[in-house]
Amino acid sequence: MENLTTQMAGVPLNHYIYLSAIIFTIGVIGVLTRRNAIVIFMSVELMLNAVNLLLTAFSVHSNDPSGQVFVFFIMALAAAEVAVGLAIIVMVYRNTKSIDINVLNRLKW
Amino acid sequence: MEQLLLLIFLPLVGAVIAAFAGKSAKIVSTVFSVASLGLTLFIACNFIPDASTQFEVNLPWIANLGINFHAGIDGISMLVVLLTNLLIPIIILSSYKHDYKNPAAFYALILFMQAGLLLVFTALDAFLFYIGWEAALIPIYFICAFWGGKDRVRINMKFFVYTIAGSLFMLMGIIYLYLQNPAHNFEISAFYALNLDVAQQGWIFWAFFIAFAIKMPVFPFHTWQPDTYTAAPAQGTMLLSGIMLKMGIYGVIRWLLPIVPAGVQDWSCVAIGLSIIGIVYASLIAFTQKDAKRLVAYSSIGHVGLISAGIFALNQQGMQGAMVQMLSHGINVVGLFFVLDIIFSRVKTNKIEELGGIAKVAPQLAIAFLIIVLGTVALPGTNGFIGEFLLLMGVYNVGIWAAAIAGLTIIFGAVYMLRMYQNVMLGKTNELTITFSDIQGSEKFVLYLICALIIVLGVYPKPLLHLTEASVQHLLEQVNQKLTSVK
Amino acid sequence: MTIEQLIWLVPLLPFLGFVINGLGRKSLSKGLVGIIGSGVILASFIISVVIFFSLQGDTQKAHEVFLFDWISAGALHIPLSFLVDPLSSIMLLIITGIGFLIHLYSTSYMHDDEGFGKFFSYLNLFVFFMLLLVLGSNYIVMFIGWEGVGLCSYLLIGFWYTNSAYASAAKKAFVMNRIGDLGFLLGVFLIFNFFGSLEFSKIFPQAANMLPGNNTLVLITILLFIGACGKSAQLPLFTWLPDAMAGPTPVSALIHAATMVTAGIYMIARSSVLFDLAPLTQHIIAIVGAATALVAAIIALTQTDIKKVLAYSTVSQLGYMFLGLGVGAYTGSFFHVLTHAFFKALLFLGAGSVIHAMHHEQDMRHMGGLRSKLKTTFATMMIGTIAIAGLPPFSGFFSKDEILAHAFQASPVLWGIGVLTAFLTAFYMFRMMFLTFSGKYRGTHHAESHIHESPAAMTLPLVILAVLAAIGGAINFPHIFGGNEWLAHWLTGAGVAQHELDLSHSTELALMGTSVAAAVIALLYAYTKYVKGAHVPVADEAPRSALAKLSYNKFYLDEIYDFIITRPLDILSKFFYRIIDNKFIDGIVNGLGWGTNEASKGLRLLQSGNVGFYLFMMVFGIIALLIYTFSYIL
Repeated sequence: MENLTTQMAGVPLNHYIYLSAIIFTIGVIGVLTRRNAIVIFMSVELMLNAVNLLLTAFSVHSNDPSGQVFVFFIMALAAAEVAVGLAIIVMVYRNTKSIDINVLNRLKW
Repeated sequence: MEQLLLLIFLPLVGAVIAAFAGKSAKIVSTVFSVASLGLTLFIACNFIPDASTQFEVNLPWIANLGINFHAGIDGISMLVVLLTNLLIPIIILSSYKHDYKNPAAFYALILFMQAGLLLVFTALDAFLFYIGWEAALIPIYFICAFWGGKDRVRINMKFFVYTIAGSLFMLMGIIYLYLQNPAHNFEISAFYALNLDVAQQGWIFWAFFIAFAIKMPVFPFHTWQPDTYTAAPAQGTMLLSGIMLKMGIYGVIRWLLPIVPAGVQDWSCVAIGLSIIGIVYASLIAFTQKDAKRLVAYSSIGHVGLISAGIFALNQQGMQGAMVQMLSHGINVVGLFFVLDIIFSRVKTNKIEELGGIAKVAPQLAIAFLIIVLGTVALPGTNGFIGEFLLLMGVYNVGIWAAAIAGLTIIFGAVYMLRMYQNVMLGKTNELTITFSDIQGSEKFVLYLICALIIVLGVYPKPLLHLTEASVQHLLEQVNQKLTSVK
Repeated sequence: MTIEQLIWLVPLLPFLGFVINGLGRKSLSKGLVGIIGSGVILASFIISVVIFFSLQGDTQKAHEVFLFDWISAGALHIPLSFLVDPLSSIMLLIITGIGFLIHLYSTSYMHDDEGFGKFFSYLNLFVFFMLLLVLGSNYIVMFIGWEGVGLCSYLLIGFWYTNSAYASAAKKAFVMNRIGDLGFLLGVFLIFNFFGSLEFSKIFPQAANMLPGNNTLVLITILLFIGACGKSAQLPLFTWLPDAMAGPTPVSALIHAATMVTAGIYMIARSSVLFDLAPLTQHIIAIVGAATALVAAIIALTQTDIKKVLAYSTVSQLGYMFLGLGVGAYTGSFFHVLTHAFFKALLFLGAGSVIHAMHHEQDMRHMGGLRSKLKTTFATMMIGTIAIAGLPPFSGFFSKDEILAHAFQASPVLWGIGVLTAFLTAFYMFRMMFLTFSGKYRGTHHAESHIHESPAAMTLPLVILAVLAAIGGAINFPHIFGGNEWLAHWLTGAGVAQHELDLSHSTELALMGTSVAAAVIALLYAYTKYVKGAHVPVADEAPRSALAKLSYNKFYLDEIYDFIITRPLDILSKFFYRIIDNKFIDGIVNGLGWGTNEASKGLRLLQSGNVGFYLFMMVFGIIALLIYTFSYIL
């Protein structure tokens, strides 16, 4: 653990920020451009993980473990979300034989 | 303090009982309203006419937010409380000839409204004031919506949205004042003590003024009023015109002038200008109205315009005139609407041209109506004169032209009121009015009572003037003191 | 009993009469109503006489009697209090004295009317308010009476209210009075601001120390004069008075000739201290008065309704009085008020007697030759006519000549108009007399058989008034004839300003001669035309010369007012209601509601149901927020 921390501290904070920003952006673009619900879902996870990475990095950087506590929260939340989300997607697929989100436009004015 | 709590909660208890009283709600509500009147008279007799707040109640309510159940009565409150509790029994009595469906709800709503009004007129806590302000609106909404006339849904909606919109401005103002208040409470005395700069005062002025102007109503915020008065049931119209519009006037006196005097001073010319335009404008419109109820509605706008001009003139005469005129206008306008209600219930129309010659078949109604009309046109010796004379004198101090234009109400009022009287009561009896029966029973009692009040208050207004004098003086001193400290 | 102890009874008694007759109008018998109605006035009159004489023997000429505090607000204190001084004491006598005679007359004249009780209660109420008007010790108590008599005038003009023309005439009178009242009220405000009080006893001593020509005083007096214009029927507000003849004839005699319409003159005489300091106002008053006198006299020349002739004659005589006030002849004007009250009340009551005999026929074209049948009426009316024409030694001569002499001193033009008016007055009055009483009877044969002299209750007042009209001039018998001008001395005690004539005796006599000559010429001309020539005015629709048409149609003043005031206001009213109120203001209000609806209709289209779009908007929104938040970096 000690070893890992020093190793991580060896990488400057900037790099974490750049990396998570890139991952986050990939997630955002994925969400915006893809129509497949599963892919969108994955992109959302990507964004969550980008944030997690950032939280961890800052936690180490500022020597405050509470950031990592948040990460655990988020991971638990993400797991629950995946469970519910996937269940919905499965139900959608059963009803419409499709997981294209553009088919799901009934909920409007 | 027990008396004041009793005063506010008595109608509320009455409302609950009346709601379950079924057919006898009429009696229950009469008993409770007369009891309130009795209690009010008792309080008035024990009231010492100086500037102090008496019968004060101060109970913690929502302590975390600094909200207290703080109420009390000074001379100004005393007068409007008297007005409310005097008119409510009259209004309830005036409904005796009516057979409203679901009377329990009807009378319960009236009493509920009374409680709301009393809360408004005695509250010394802005939060409480606001609660009362809105609580008084709800019953009248239902009264108009359920027992109203033609097109009531649309008109009622407009009325409700209009007034609610105004109230929200006021709420904003109250919250702002609350946030500015270092003690973080809604105490009126704390609001008085606030030291706001002129710009802040200007904003608060408008936030409050719009709410009050809509309620009164002052030109050009008045367009809900003629429609609502026409469509509401007679008792609803009486409640609206006789008492409810006084909430706006009272609000200006209690919550606007002393809190933001610099704002008032900055904008008083606009307020007076609007009021005076309203007088001439509404009176002129009343000239050619075909529906008597609508005519009276417009005349009411004119009269209220004069009251508000007198208040914003910020002097003793104008303010005292406003106090007297509040009471007088309440009595007169309730009388007018009651007469029109009597006519409507007999011949099913209030169209001026279709009526005529009623004096021949109903001389007693003709006499009572004439006295009420004379009170409305401010003939010396009637209550209307005292108020209008003092108001015009107050407005005169703003400028002779202001008084001259505002004084047109004396001429115009005579024109449209006498025109209405002539077309409705005089002339030849037609086939519609030939079967008209004269007033009797409760109608006679109510109308004669109103006439007696008109004359007695006109001949001997001293008790009224004396009641409010010290409080008004104190209020003006407060305003002037604050004005000098701002500069 | 002192004046202070008695005075409040004077207005109280008529008020009691009003209450009793008003409440008992159904239950009391006509006889009882008449006795109560007239009795209270008689009692008031007796008390007034007592007061008058005790005032005469008193060294203190002004007594203020405080009743109770009426209005007080801030610096303003208005007590209900009375002022008994020489001016008001004379008015008391006139009001209650002539009032009693007219009440007595009415017991017979109105006997067959179903509203007998109502009539007497109104009449009593009128006397009450009139007494309040003259007794008030400040402008506001005066104003109570001022508006109160207006109310009674309204009620009595519209006494036969089932006739909607009468009801309209009543309304017109009230509204036109109200126009003046606004002026009065504004004047009162100005007085309060300027003098800090509304009590006569506080204002006039202050004003006495001021210099003439003060602008505020000019404005005050002009405003008060506007009030007087309304009440006393001066140009341009006089058109209500002729219409007021719709009321029963005793009402015309009491209210629209003897008392109420002279309230304006009383008020100005009362405030003569103020008016004396405002020369501009005096010029205006003199010009308005002269113009009114002339215009009304011209209109009276061609009227055919006997009451209309008298009505215009009243307007014209009131104009005379204002002319007098304008040239500073306060006593002269007040003198004329008194004499006019005698002879005009007499003439109206006489006309009432004629109308009564003719069964409510008022058109002189259907009269004629009544002299033999109505002997008392004719004799008394003749005295009244001679008095109004200004022939010596009857009362009208003295009062009119006092005004004319002062007018001559102020401006010969005004004097010229006055003499011309006197000429016209004599002409139309004799025209009226001749048309009514001489020649052949021109009515229906059926009506002729019923013509009879009126009962004693009606002729007795005529006789008393005729005596007064004949000898009334004695109260201000001029120096030039060896008199002592008692009235002028008496009124000095009330602070009424006096201006001595600065004319030589020969000039004064010449002036008198001229006006008497004018009256005599008019008399002769009327005699040749209507008695010798037996001329009868043509029917309504017959062609007339341009001037006669103008006169006959009252200079089209009613039509002009209708065109320039009533109709534009009506149009404005409809414009305000339909366009401004319903379309514009309500349009904005409803527009706000409509706008909200429409906006929400548009906005809900954003709710497309397309998840991709929602996501895009979300991201876009977040980016926008970020940019906004960190905009200070950029």
